[in-house]
Amino acid sequence: MLSLTPILGFAAALFGIGMAGIVINRKNIITLLMSIELMLLAVNTNFIAFSHFYQQMIGQVFVFFILTVAAAEAAIGLSIMVVLYRQARTISVEKLDGLKG
Amino acid sequence: MNFINLLFYVFSATAILSALMVVTLRNTVNCVLFLVLTFFATAANWLLLESEFLALVLVLVYVGAVMTLFLFVVMMLNLRREAQRERLTQFWPIGLLAIVCVTALVLLAVRHGNVIFPIPPVAQALDYSNVTALGNVLYTTYVWPFEVAAVLLLTAIVAAIALGHRPIKQGAQQRRQDPAAQIAVRRNDRVRLVNLPSVKKG
Repeated sequence: MLSLTPILGFAAALFGIGMAGIVINRKNIITLLMSIELMLLAVNTNFIAFSHFYQQMIGQVFVFFILTVAAAEAAIGLSIMVVLYRQARTISVEKLDGLKG
Repeated sequence: MNFINLLFYVFSATAILSALMVVTLRNTVNCVLFLVLTFFATAANWLLLESEFLALVLVLVYVGAVMTLFLFVVMMLNLRREAQRERLTQFWPIGLLAIVCVTALVLLAVRHGNVIFPIPPVAQALDYSNVTALGNVLYTTYVWPFEVAAVLLLTAIVAAIALGHRPIKQGAQQRRQDPAAQIAVRRNDRVRLVNLPSVKKG
């Protein structure tokens, strides 16, 4: 049967890749959103692994809500991006300096 | 190493390799497709962890809806011009350092996992239903968060439609519905009944 450490290692690798994707990509907001999805996937995998090993359903309930919130976040983020592209004609992170932040 | 372990390693390797593709490829469409592959492989891992409902939800909601949304947006925006230029910035050594540090740190932290759980949990009985078990807690103990999640999804729908309906140029006519015209529609304006003669078989 599966043991816990490889699963957590797999989730850690996914999380690290997502985090590196956020740091590396400065050109494209879509890739940033996809990196965030990767990190969420890693966190969900951790929840499900512990839910399996503790024989508790609470972890899976939590993953359910995370999936809901992440879907809403992706939908709103993408629609904001479409509006942004209509206004600024670009979604490059470096060129979006309208707020002078 | 038994068969389930082998499956786990194969799916994990697939997921990690395609996740690497997601963050390094230049073409955004390829990135989205590799993210779909990552989701599929991770859903298979979730199946191995006996959470069948969430694995199917991951495939249905994420691959079926969210990734399709991503693909639509990628193809709607004209990214070819800007995405093809340099993609890796001068920060990529820091990114590499971050991934190595985080992964090493977490691996260091989780290496006692087999000590805490020396015996893997016994597999559930054949008539065990993950959907039933999840529903039993979701509709009793967690019914209030469940309803809040539903309201959250409604908010997301309203926000996405409101954002998408804005006029393209400033000062352009706002796109709006005309409820009076919608109510005043009669059946004959929209529906035309066609009388088709029935065909005899043979």
